[in-house]
Amino acid sequence: MMSERTRRLYEGYRTTSADLVKELVIACAAVFVLVLILAAAFSSPDPAPLTAKAWSTSHPVEMEQEGLMILNGQNDIASYGPPYDNQMQNAQTLGPIAPQVWAGVTIPIDAKKVFVLDPLRAMEPIDPSITPLLAAFESASPAQQAAWEKAYQGALTRARVVGGEVLTPNVDAGPVPGLLTAWLNLARTGSLEAVINESGRIYQTDFTRALLLLQGYPLQSVAANQALLGTQWGMMKEPGNWPGAVWLWFYTLLYQIPPYSTSPAGDLLVGITVGVGTLLFLLVPWIPGLRDIPRAIPIHRAIWRGVKRHGED
Amino acid sequence: MNWTRALRSWLQREIPMEDLLPDELPEFVRSYVYLFGVLTIASFVMLILSGIVLAVFGPQWWHVSPTGHFVNSVHFWSVQAFFFFMVLHLWAQFFMMAWRDGRGSNWVTGVLLFLSSIVAAFTGFLSQENLDSQWIALQGKDAFNALGVGSFFNLLDFGQMYGFHIFVMPLVIALLIGVHILLVRSKGVVPPYEERPKGARTR
Repeated sequence: MMSERTRRLYEGYRTTSADLVKELVIACAAVFVLVLILAAAFSSPDPAPLTAKAWSTSHPVEMEQEGLMILNGQNDIASYGPPYDNQMQNAQTLGPIAPQVWAGVTIPIDAKKVFVLDPLRAMEPIDPSITPLLAAFESASPAQQAAWEKAYQGALTRARVVGGEVLTPNVDAGPVPGLLTAWLNLARTGSLEAVINESGRIYQTDFTRALLLLQGYPLQSVAANQALLGTQWGMMKEPGNWPGAVWLWFYTLLYQIPPYSTSPAGDLLVGITVGVGTLLFLLVPWIPGLRDIPRAIPIHRAIWRGVKRHGED
Repeated sequence: MNWTRALRSWLQREIPMEDLLPDELPEFVRSYVYLFGVLTIASFVMLILSGIVLAVFGPQWWHVSPTGHFVNSVHFWSVQAFFFFMVLHLWAQFFMMAWRDGRGSNWVTGVLLFLSSIVAAFTGFLSQENLDSQWIALQGKDAFNALGVGSFFNLLDFGQMYGFHIFVMPLVIALLIGVHILLVRSKGVVPPYEERPKGARTR
């Protein structure tokens, strides 16, 4: 049964009986069985997230170095630009196109304060030895702070780990070694992310600040070990041998080739290119050349092979 | 003007019941290629069913329960099946030039479905609360920040991504699937290219 209008639409073609509802039910049953088999046979990945506790336990020197880089402003987030801070020179721009600058600082993060000093301040009631260290650091001039940080940076390059403790040569680094040891110990308790994320509200579903803590070298090195870096097609892969988001192939491909892989505004370039590509994809029916590709590659002949019209036996 | 009567007349004219649920179709839809669409919808049904179970027990459940992990695996493989069949459907429609004879809107809704599905899958990866979501969020945020939308669509905000994944995107996809199917049923299945007989009328 079909409407007169539709009958006219298919004029010239044989018709056959159909049962779309039964087809859908059978398809659902088939996919149900298929995914049950795949789930039972191959399971799914669930790698544990990288935590400050895990990283500070396995890489205590690197954790202290991370803390030091946050203090001296060399950490990625400390100099990221919008939306976290106003270091506009680090925003990605293409000539006059600067959406990152236009959007401005909408998630303000003072890295030094949020990631190191505030968590240490929160620990003061539990560990009063932190109080004089914090007071000494915060009352020192920026030049003095920088000198201490530089001295300890050098010391950390010669650090050893004995019984889980970071041992460095004696240098004049003021309160910095004590602060970073306290910070390392706080991380090892598993509380650092919670303190960083602390918002004064008991309910919390936004982990922006805590997730940004390890986004530099720690997470990069873990991802590199699993071949998940952006330059390793990481955005469309899963850790292990599971299939990932292969549908992101175009987006991921761009990160592998110049100028996207070499430009300091690579992300912006990728975003614009994906936007243009998406528009072309959407408008294929109206773009001469693109819409004619199927005529040059006549796969439709295979699809409709054997289709007969009335009187065409 | 009576809006209710106008809507009823429009529906009866544009999508009469016998076209919405036809039991007779042209013979050229017998190709296996036509199964990719229905298999995509079947995979979406599986995604919704497994997703409902995961949502009911909460986002932490599947990390600690073997049953939860199995349901997550069903969800994971349903995503793979959904994209597999959808991409086959998409390529088939491309090579069939299924936008012919006033069917451009079918193509546009199909592409919008594909794009919405990518957002749905992306927010799903971000809602896993494991190394995968941690890494994807931190990698992906740079592109969104560079485009100036990183605080509106903050990949590091689990609450926002979870809301998008379990409510906003499934709703968008379900609505788009509805519109897509109504358009296909209303405009009819695209006839074979080159094989179309002279005089066959399309709108």
